[in-house]
Amino acid sequence: MTATVAISLSVNGELVEASVLPRLNLADFLREHLKLTGTHLGCEHGVCGACTVRVNGDIVRSCLMLAVQTDNAKVETIEGLSDSGEIADLQSAFRERNALQCGFCTPGMLMAAQDLLQQSPTPDREQIREHLSGNYCRCTGYQAIVDAVETTARARTGRLP
Amino acid sequence: MTSEQPNPEMLSALDRPNSYIGKTVPRPNLDRLMQGRGLYVSDVELPRMAHVVFVRSPHAHARIVGIDASPAKQMPGVIAVVSGSELAAVITPWIGVLSHLKGLKSAPQSAIAIDHVCWQGEAVAAVVANSRAQAEDAAELVSVEYQELDAVTDMRAALDPATAVIHASLGDNLAFERNHDAGAVDQAFAESDEVVDAEFIFGRHTGVTLEPRAVVADWNAAEARLTIYQGTQAPHMVQNIAALHLGLKESQVRVVCKDVGGSFGIKVHIYADEMATYALSRLLRRPVKFVADRVESFNTDIHARDHRCKGKIGVKRDGTITAFEIDDLTGIGPYSMYPRTSAIEANQVVNLVGGPYVTRNYRARARVVFQNKNVMCQYRAVGHPIACSVTEGLVDLAAMKIGMDPVEIRRRNLIADNAYPCASPSGLRFEQLSHHAALSKLVQMMDYEALRAEQSTLRARNIYRGIGVASFIEVTNPSAAFYGVGGAKISSQDGVAVRLDAQGSVICQTSITEQGQGSESLTAQIVGSVLGVSMDRVRVILGDTDNTPYGGGTWASRGAGIGGEAALQATKVLRKNILDVAAAILQSTAGELDIVNNAVVTVVDGAPRIELSELARIVYFRPDTLPPGMQPELMATRHFVPREYPFAFTNGVQASWLEVDIDTGFVKLLKHWVVEDCGTIINPQLVDEQIRGGVVQGLGAALFEKCVYDERGQLTNANMADYLVPMSGEMPDIDVGHVVSPTLESELGAKGAGEAGTAGAAAAVTNAINDALKPFGAVITEIPLTPQVILTALRRI
Ligand code: FES
Ligand code: FES
Repeated sequence: MTATVAISLSVNGELVEASVLPRLNLADFLREHLKLTGTHLGCEHGVCGACTVRVNGDIVRSCLMLAVQTDNAKVETIEGLSDSGEIADLQSAFRERNALQCGFCTPGMLMAAQDLLQQSPTPDREQIREHLSGNYCRCTGYQAIVDAVETTARARTGRLP
Repeated sequence: MTSEQPNPEMLSALDRPNSYIGKTVPRPNLDRLMQGRGLYVSDVELPRMAHVVFVRSPHAHARIVGIDASPAKQMPGVIAVVSGSELAAVITPWIGVLSHLKGLKSAPQSAIAIDHVCWQGEAVAAVVANSRAQAEDAAELVSVEYQELDAVTDMRAALDPATAVIHASLGDNLAFERNHDAGAVDQAFAESDEVVDAEFIFGRHTGVTLEPRAVVADWNAAEARLTIYQGTQAPHMVQNIAALHLGLKESQVRVVCKDVGGSFGIKVHIYADEMATYALSRLLRRPVKFVADRVESFNTDIHARDHRCKGKIGVKRDGTITAFEIDDLTGIGPYSMYPRTSAIEANQVVNLVGGPYVTRNYRARARVVFQNKNVMCQYRAVGHPIACSVTEGLVDLAAMKIGMDPVEIRRRNLIADNAYPCASPSGLRFEQLSHHAALSKLVQMMDYEALRAEQSTLRARNIYRGIGVASFIEVTNPSAAFYGVGGAKISSQDGVAVRLDAQGSVICQTSITEQGQGSESLTAQIVGSVLGVSMDRVRVILGDTDNTPYGGGTWASRGAGIGGEAALQATKVLRKNILDVAAAILQSTAGELDIVNNAVVTVVDGAPRIELSELARIVYFRPDTLPPGMQPELMATRHFVPREYPFAFTNGVQASWLEVDIDTGFVKLLKHWVVEDCGTIINPQLVDEQIRGGVVQGLGAALFEKCVYDERGQLTNANMADYLVPMSGEMPDIDVGHVVSPTLESELGAKGAGEAGTAGAAAAVTNAINDALKPFGAVITEIPLTPQVILTALRRI
């Protein structure tokens, strides 16, 4: 096997130094090296969205990115977004609306939903459905998720639900 | 018993502060899932844990001539490379049959194939290493020499004497056949004004749980105990089977099931690779973890459906349905799955066809055949979508033939709401269904007349929209009639133990499991309501055979109806025990006291007398102050299974409103409606979301999902990019309504709702597409309804 490569990055605001094999993907790095198991693996080929995390402010599929590519980067996972309180309102809307069943898609869904709300604060239902279309949920039927995101968007922009 | 109130007042004093039954309350414990702090099996790590990767057959049917593992054994991190015959030293083979399915046969199956592989993806060797990556690297160096054999793929050809027999010892490829003949079918057809027939084709599809199957097996040689961490719907079944085949006592096996990333019946079975993982842990005396990757999931998670069903219906000009007849053929892969068997679905199809309708004349044949494809077995709504699509497809064809509106023909034939109890043409006993109330509610919710008007206006503008309606019955709350009578050690009863701890909190251990349906929530709601405590005081423990009563788990829509009733009965006992102690402490009588809002109160005026926390303090720490001879029991256990009816049948009806683009064959789902009668509703929101999720799974089968095999038995779309599942952008909003007919089998009155969505969605969509294509005289009786299928029916390609 190839030799390991030293990387240094920020994960959820903490500095991380690691030595990783070049083939290691970011999802496995987060899960296995940092024990941040909130990032889920549903397909490992970039289709399901369960592994969505934020790198330098953009959402990416961590199964398709190599850990070495995150040298000097700022990586944020569901644990980070939860602890900072950034998505507390979104999470609470998910809870109220039962927008998750098994919860396996949920970290990725929340990441993608927060990304949408940052880009367009007043999305309509169609836009929400469109933006979440890269995130599979096999349990919910999606409607509850769309409702929860819509409620959060309205609350954030001060519109009545 | 049927009413249209959403929240039936089944229990007394439901309007008290701690009455949660019938109310939408958020599920407890969701935060851990939303913060990424759940514990799915794929997250489990143990000291000295090794990882297994399976070398899998690239051929659908072959002899294993030889395996050379020596280069792999030299690879870094490799602990062992184990073949089927080596593993057979610690685990015995099994045969997936049940005695009540007469004539069902299957061949012995090993944890890892020995000599003979029967489907592409069957494991032929296990590579165990310190990391998954190391195991994968080494697996590539295991060379297996195969002698390829003819593959049996087409289920129609499977029974042809010219076709190879997959298991020589069985003599042929017929696994099971059932024939049913009720009433006077030939006479009924002869007396019909019209007889319509069609062949219905159902694609093979699979569950695609978002978290793949995963198991960590931990044999502790010092304790002589095996702990299995597995995302399963039936922990006690796993315990029983693992013990049986590893030569252990059940008490030597513990099954722990924390968070499960989707199940839908996929995780109610025990797979050969899971058995192999238990055995490897025993063999290597250390924890071993197996997590299927997505390609393995497609190749080895049970597949579902795959039926060709010829159907026939007779009808009179006034709309009276005279008879149904079906001839169903289904392919189940090379083995009947263990321990639930793969004949249950075809059996269910025979049971359910024609189920909502009055006619007594019904003839059915179902044949189940072996093939060299992945195993096929029970998946959400076992047999229901097939039976519903065939029945409702035939009813629509009959209506079309006599020029009657699809809703009208149903009104004339659905069993009357006041005709119960009664039986179906296949002999199923119905306690109380509500087809007519459900249909009326659906028609009103969707504004049927307005939609019809809109449809015809648009049709004039060459926009082709269709309305499809599908009534159905659903098997829920199964008793021992499902598996127990056939000899399978799969519990049909469930148990709940509930106790008041020393600070007045309530701990509840239940044998049902949680895979996201809300089992924890409904249990806490019932316990809180019956006991009179707030839900935040109730903690529910489940998914651990060491720490829960023995029971069946969560499958076949039995969690609320069976586990919920056990919770209710156990809590009633605890409540009585608490009031007895309270009476002694307060020098009152139990009848004068009640529990409300975490405190014992006086019935007459509701005045608080003693907090439960104070009562618990006295019981646990100052029992010396209680009257002599009094030994309070602040823990109670009860079990439940329905006895009078083998199943609690529920009913429902769905409708789909969609648009077909006749140039591209694309279907746009515009709206979907469901009315379901699942008896007492414990949490309206959870029920509605169960139904929506089920509908979307049914819509996937209707429009997208299909496991595509080539003629050599190769699965050609075993990845998420090529196997399509519904995504948020394509799904419609789904309106859900209810009719409530509680079952009298239990005090709670709850029936199941988990299959309802999946049961009827495909039938509603197919009927809607045929309705949209009516101007073209095209009729489709095949799913998935891909653009290709639609354009072919339109003769555009
Ligand atoms: S695991 Fe990365 S997209 Fe599915
Ligand atoms: S909640 Fe289970 S996959 Fe979305």
